[in-house]
Amino acid sequence: MFSYYLELALRSLKRSPGLTLLMVLAIGFGVSASMTTYSVFRAVSGDPIPWKSSQLFVPQIDMWGPAGRGADGEPPNALDYIDAVALMRDHRAKLQSASYRVAPTMEVPGSGRHPISISGHAVYSEFFPMLDVPFAYGSGWSVDADTNQAAVVVISGKLNQKMFDGQNSVGKTLDIGGKDYQIVGVLGKWDPQPRFYDVVDTGGFDTDTDDVFLPFTRAIAVNMNNAGNTSCNSNPAEAGFAGMQRSSCVWIEFMAELDDATAIQKYREYLDGYALAQKSAGRFTWAPNNRLRDVPAFLDNQHVVPSDTKVSLLVALGLLIVCLVNTVGLLLAKFLRRSSEIGVRRALGAPQAAIYAQFLTEAGIVGLAGGVVGLVFTALGVLGVGMVLPKDIAALAHVNFSLLLLTLVVAVISALLAGLYPTFRASRVQPAWQLKSN
Amino acid sequence: MQIKPILAALRRHKAGTVLIALQIALTLAIVCNALFIIQQRLAHMSEPTGIDEANLLVISNQWAGHRSPQEVDAQIQADLAALRQLPSVRDASPSDGYPLTGGGWDNYVMLTPEQIEKTTDASVYMGDEHMLDTLGVKLIAGRNFNASEVMQMTSRQVVIPPVVIVTKALADHLFPDGSALGKPIYSMSSTPSTIIGIIERLQRQDVKTWSKPYAYESLLWPMREDTDGLYYIVRAKPGQLAAAMRAVPQALYAQNRMRIIDPKDGGTYAQIRERIYDSDRGMAILMCIISAVLLAITAAGIVGLTSFWVGQRRKQIGVRRALGARRGDILNYFLTENFLISVGGVMVGTVLAVGINLWMMARFEMARLSLAYVIDGVIILLLLGQLATLAPALRASRVSPVEATRST
Repeated sequence: MFSYYLELALRSLKRSPGLTLLMVLAIGFGVSASMTTYSVFRAVSGDPIPWKSSQLFVPQIDMWGPAGRGADGEPPNALDYIDAVALMRDHRAKLQSASYRVAPTMEVPGSGRHPISISGHAVYSEFFPMLDVPFAYGSGWSVDADTNQAAVVVISGKLNQKMFDGQNSVGKTLDIGGKDYQIVGVLGKWDPQPRFYDVVDTGGFDTDTDDVFLPFTRAIAVNMNNAGNTSCNSNPAEAGFAGMQRSSCVWIEFMAELDDATAIQKYREYLDGYALAQKSAGRFTWAPNNRLRDVPAFLDNQHVVPSDTKVSLLVALGLLIVCLVNTVGLLLAKFLRRSSEIGVRRALGAPQAAIYAQFLTEAGIVGLAGGVVGLVFTALGVLGVGMVLPKDIAALAHVNFSLLLLTLVVAVISALLAGLYPTFRASRVQPAWQLKSN
Repeated sequence: MQIKPILAALRRHKAGTVLIALQIALTLAIVCNALFIIQQRLAHMSEPTGIDEANLLVISNQWAGHRSPQEVDAQIQADLAALRQLPSVRDASPSDGYPLTGGGWDNYVMLTPEQIEKTTDASVYMGDEHMLDTLGVKLIAGRNFNASEVMQMTSRQVVIPPVVIVTKALADHLFPDGSALGKPIYSMSSTPSTIIGIIERLQRQDVKTWSKPYAYESLLWPMREDTDGLYYIVRAKPGQLAAAMRAVPQALYAQNRMRIIDPKDGGTYAQIRERIYDSDRGMAILMCIISAVLLAITAAGIVGLTSFWVGQRRKQIGVRRALGARRGDILNYFLTENFLISVGGVMVGTVLAVGINLWMMARFEMARLSLAYVIDGVIILLLLGQLATLAPALRASRVSPVEATRST
């Protein structure tokens, strides 16, 4: 029976090619606009470390007090040096790391070549196991290296490719900021987006990956300046990077791994205890106002998904709805034009269910055709999205099997939904009336 | 034109009528808001910076290797002397940032040293006595820095200069009575900075949404920053920007090879604008595309449904023609019919448009939709409806009276 309906539908669609084309294009446009913007939304709202994000927490401490809070009462989104180091020293989480962005210069061997600027982060040894950072060669450094301010470095696969042709470079040295650093590890492919370990400096997305990771303690010891954002609610009392470290300026990110509810609760209590201790020491004059959010909650709190992305998606969905309303109207016209045909079929004994099957098949075919058109437009749209969206975000959107499948499914379901009312009207055609009037 | 028979006919096509009206309503709601977003973004992109953009070049310079602050400062002065001697260069200044950097330094500004809550927030530019001429900003009151006032800053946020130049926007915000010149201000410090000059206009380094309340509120500190790096702002002689772009990096490398010029930062203002307004331009283009597709689909939908109605009513049209209706009457009939449906649609659409805007204001920091966009949208959709109806209506008007005699 289905193949018969298929044939009927194709014949009917062929009878009015203009109308058919219009419906197919409408669904195609509507679906592809939605899917293109959805591909961007999907890319920016994704979980960068889904297997672990609910165990990774970002503590926030209110070191500025009421005057420094925003209208929402939130404490700063980063830590000052004093608190970051205190949290590291107390070491109450299973794994934890303070970090800050660095942009040292690097000497390139070979005479006459200009030095290059590299980007990276100063982190603690537990950063690597905590974030499950993949290594191609070697590994991170030991806790001892943290303590000893060791001149060691973990480099990215990209930098390794550039400097050592991708060979195992563990044990070799790099001249960073005028000093030799021994390579202990080379990263595999690692480009988490959003850049959850440094939302403060990247705003969430970054086309450039970190070239190097060096020990936090070492970077501080050699006065490697913060290359990320610094926010102060008052000017540091003393000059230089050392003055910055004694100030309440915030420039350090912090992440802690807490594996269960008890650990989370205990860490909250620890943070509050810490703030109270600071209060009794006279450093804070206000009640504790800490935050402890896991990675998804922190990303949400920091509005990592740009509102432009959400607005685009909503407008595109609006377009899809208009396209559907349009299709409802056209299908209605098309189906009711065949009232006499329906009358004959019904008079010859076809039940209403048969009429439903016949017309929904037709709607489904329109949807499928719209979906195929939509596939092409979606692919083009995702390719062209770099022309209309910021590069760091557009680069994340990509076409994959699930997106293409979703495009087809959405198109067919939309068309079937659009076909429901016209089919309902068609099934209600009174056979007697139609036969009589002819 | 009789409206009653049209309404009576529409009552027999409730579903089709409602669908067209709904489509018009939704299209109006979306197109109004899209047009509004486009206008907002274009307005944002065309905000003037107040500087001589056509002739400016910004070089991001980072120092390599280890140097003492004194060595760095000596190098900066040597660099600047070399740049100012280039035949294609009019003037040059060191700075910590440039208008439309997209980030950079801003400071809270207070009126008294004890104040805890800020009075406002100002974008901070550091430069020497050549900064005003380099940027090409207009000094409207007071005086420029002199060379002896220019200080050396070896680390961030410690040195507060005793003199400062502010923009008119900042001066007016701090001293609404226009008495800013000669007054002290406090930039997160108990050290006063006296306002010695007021410039007409200077865009901030960051123009994101959060800085909107402080639009054009910038201040200039007489200072050379000697940390890891700095910007050189270079003003080429008129028409010699291309020559300056070649000569400036060469001159700097000739001075000293141990530096890194970041090609992804700074550049000409064409490049800087492209970078900073990337997302605004993209959003405007996207909204344009979606609006165009939306209007096309709605028009096509109206053509489709009206054609269907015309086809359905050939016999009635024939009867009317046989009874003496002229072609114009038939044409008018369909145009009026569409007009009535469209009016219903735009009324619902106006409510929807305002509703969507209110919702977006609450959710996405959108500004209030001005009524002009709704009116524009209404006119566009009414015209669109009439144009889309025209072809099927003309076909209807050509129906011959003979049709009345045919069955079906």
